[in-house]
Amino acid sequence: ISFLYTCTAVLIFPNIDSVEDELELSAVRHRPEGLEQLEALTRFNRKELQILYRGFKNECPSGVVNEDTFKDIYSQFFPQGDASTYAHFLFNAFDTDKDGSVSFEDFVMGLSILLRGSVQEKLNWAFNLYDINKDGYITKEEMLDIMKAIYDMMGKCTYPLLKDDTPRQHVEIFFQKMDKNKDGVVTIDEFIDCCQNDENIMRSMQLFDNVI
Amino acid sequence: MASGVAAWLPFARAAAIGWMPVANMPMPIAPTEKNKRADELIVLNVSGRRFETWRNTLDRYPDTLLGSSEKEFFYNEETKEYFFDRDADVFRAVLNFYRTGKLHYPRSECITSYDEELSFFGIIPEIIGDCCYEEYKDRRRENQERLMDDDEDKKDAKLPNMTFRETMWRAFENPHTSTMALVFYYVTGFFIAISVLTNVVETVPCGATPNTKEVTCGDRYTVAFFCMDTACVLIFTVEYLMRLFAAPSRYRFMRSVMSIIDVVAILPYYIGLVMTDNEDVSGAFVTLRVFRVFRIFKFSRHSQGLRILGYTLKSCASELGFLLFSLTMAIIIFATVMFYAEKGSTSSKFTSIPASFWYTIVTMTTLGYGDMVPKTIAGKIFGSICSLSGVLVIALPVPVIVSNFSRIYHQNQRADKRRAQKMQKARLARIRISKTGSSNAFLHSKRNGLFSEALELTSSIEEEQHLSKNQSLLESQHHHLLHCLEKTTNHEFADELCYEQSYLEGALQSYPSQSPSLSSQEGMTGTCCTRHTKRNHAPLPNSSIPTCALSHTHPHHNLQELSTIHIQPLNTSRSSLNMRVDEPARLNCQSGTITTAIISIPTPPATTPESDAHPPPPGPTLQNVVKVSAL
Repeated sequence: ISFLYTCTAVLIFPNIDSVEDELELSAVRHRPEGLEQLEALTRFNRKELQILYRGFKNECPSGVVNEDTFKDIYSQFFPQGDASTYAHFLFNAFDTDKDGSVSFEDFVMGLSILLRGSVQEKLNWAFNLYDINKDGYITKEEMLDIMKAIYDMMGKCTYPLLKDDTPRQHVEIFFQKMDKNKDGVVTIDEFIDCCQNDENIMRSMQLFDNVI
Repeated sequence: MASGVAAWLPFARAAAIGWMPVANMPMPIAPTEKNKRADELIVLNVSGRRFETWRNTLDRYPDTLLGSSEKEFFYNEETKEYFFDRDADVFRAVLNFYRTGKLHYPRSECITSYDEELSFFGIIPEIIGDCCYEEYKDRRRENQERLMDDDEDKKDAKLPNMTFRETMWRAFENPHTSTMALVFYYVTGFFIAISVLTNVVETVPCGATPNTKEVTCGDRYTVAFFCMDTACVLIFTVEYLMRLFAAPSRYRFMRSVMSIIDVVAILPYYIGLVMTDNEDVSGAFVTLRVFRVFRIFKFSRHSQGLRILGYTLKSCASELGFLLFSLTMAIIIFATVMFYAEKGSTSSKFTSIPASFWYTIVTMTTLGYGDMVPKTIAGKIFGSICSLSGVLVIALPVPVIVSNFSRIYHQNQRADKRRAQKMQKARLARIRISKTGSSNAFLHSKRNGLFSEALELTSSIEEEQHLSKNQSLLESQHHHLLHCLEKTTNHEFADELCYEQSYLEGALQSYPSQSPSLSSQEGMTGTCCTRHTKRNHAPLPNSSIPTCALSHTHPHHNLQELSTIHIQPLNTSRSSLNMRVDEPARLNCQSGTITTAIISIPTPPATTPESDAHPPPPGPTLQNVVKVSAL
């Protein structure tokens, strides 16, 4: 019976084998260029850059945003729909050096164009966004992808109900407007030309100028 | 929207430029930041410890103390800082909430002090992050249990106007309440002891006369023992009857374990009384006396420890069952083996397998009486294996039972089981609520937003300010962003109700037809979504416009946007809301019709309808269908 007591003692203090997890390789860290260089590269002043960087670093302490984090952050603004596809296209638009992550420089240069650039530059940026394979032409398929991504952000509960070919119809309208020579693709010149002639678009381009 | 990503809102808005070339409609006006001031550092002095943060950080949560103007009450003019006479340690967690968007619960804090701090700063505890939420809920439950225990103790204080019956029951259950109860308690205990003692002494042989054989005391002093027994049983019967009388629920009392023990303790006596000295049943009568030993279980009313032991045994039933099962298996195996091993030897005690059971049990529990020993070599070998394995088989389940015992004594275990069930459901509910909360907030403010646009145009600035105060700048910017998305896609966000409704309609309707009937009354039905707006409407002066349906194209008075499928939501003014309330039938969500009308401000009374390319058919559920003609 004393044997039983030793057994109970063994059980009361269980020996948990703790296997130490292998330390993951520390995440990639990135430090941005100095303030002066960024000031020269972008059209933000010092104070604005400071505010931007603080917000950026808060969300991404490691200094770079990878695509998943990007999708996460962007999805938080659109609770009803699925923003991940559009976030993917946005990510590619911001990641100008194509290294799979958006550093603060990429971020701030993109923002500089969007918020402080001329209308020409903004339209250029938008064209770049739509041109998924960056070949200089927007095809109907590319536009359809983008359109579907935008409509995905609306989610399911919309009024009126989203039909399956609503994105396609929208693409048709877009191409009718933009594709002047009816060759099935939209080039950068057609795009910029057409947008500059459209009052609505020109006005809406100025909409976010006071964001920062 | 988690305000942790508030810093990225400017980015999201800038990225919205990507939608602009695609949109066919003009975009809504962006909310302007009135009195935009440069971000400044605020000093928060909490009991001497200074915390500094940006003003914008605090502004992220405008419905808390620090985020609203409520903090101005704590502003100290001389030192130019905000002074709070509160706990600095808990304030750390509060301030981190503003910074990171996640509220953590510091484990070293007392739960009540933490709750008090949270309610002081206007933060609801439900937003505690997942990492700390379980701990928080645990501590909270413990605290509530403690409070409940305290309440129960307080309940023992004698309530006025208790009936005699209730007093008696209380006296029985808790002997410390009154002296009478205590006396009763000790008296019954004494008699239980006496009864048990007499049972024992009855069988002791005492006082032998030299020539006769020894007699037990019971036989010698029959009368004395009989009187003793009678007295005890009388006391027990009276006690049982009194308990039965005092019990609040007699049926439940009769089913309880203690009362069964009482009955079993006294019944044999009465049965014995009834049955006279009948030779046939005297054997049975003797058996009945065995049951008198059950009186010892009556002690469990007097001993808390005994009750706990009984409870733990009950709750370890499964482990006990396993122990029994494994033992039985081993016994049968070894008994069989021993039987066949010893079959050959002469004068072996192992006459049958059941007879070997006794040997196996004695050996496995390491008792080893020695009344049965194997003689053959094979028998000895198997016997030794049996004793060795016996130790193992018994040693395995027993510590499990022991650890079970130790578990029972922890009060948290009850909370454990409760927690597991509620945990998952509560978590999912919270996530769902936060998600729908943000989308609902947008739907609310959409109506408000339309309102403020109209008000801007009617240049009633006071109402606009009043309305927009309800929303933080962050929220309004976020809603503007969602608005732009709606414009780009020409569809609107709706809530679940509208979605299901319009889905059903889509299934019902044949083809969109343009019916020319115009709404006859000024009070028009609205979407089911607009029902939400009733809450948020600020009181409006009675405007000269009886109905107020606005279009987004208002600034341009442009009615030529017919190329696009466009339904405009209806926004009703306060006056027509009142009208709506009077006709609740219209508010029925079953009538999911949208009516649109544009009022061009320069010509107030004219009601020019716009195209409605999507009129639902008058289904049987629709009570009042209003359709608008096309231009």
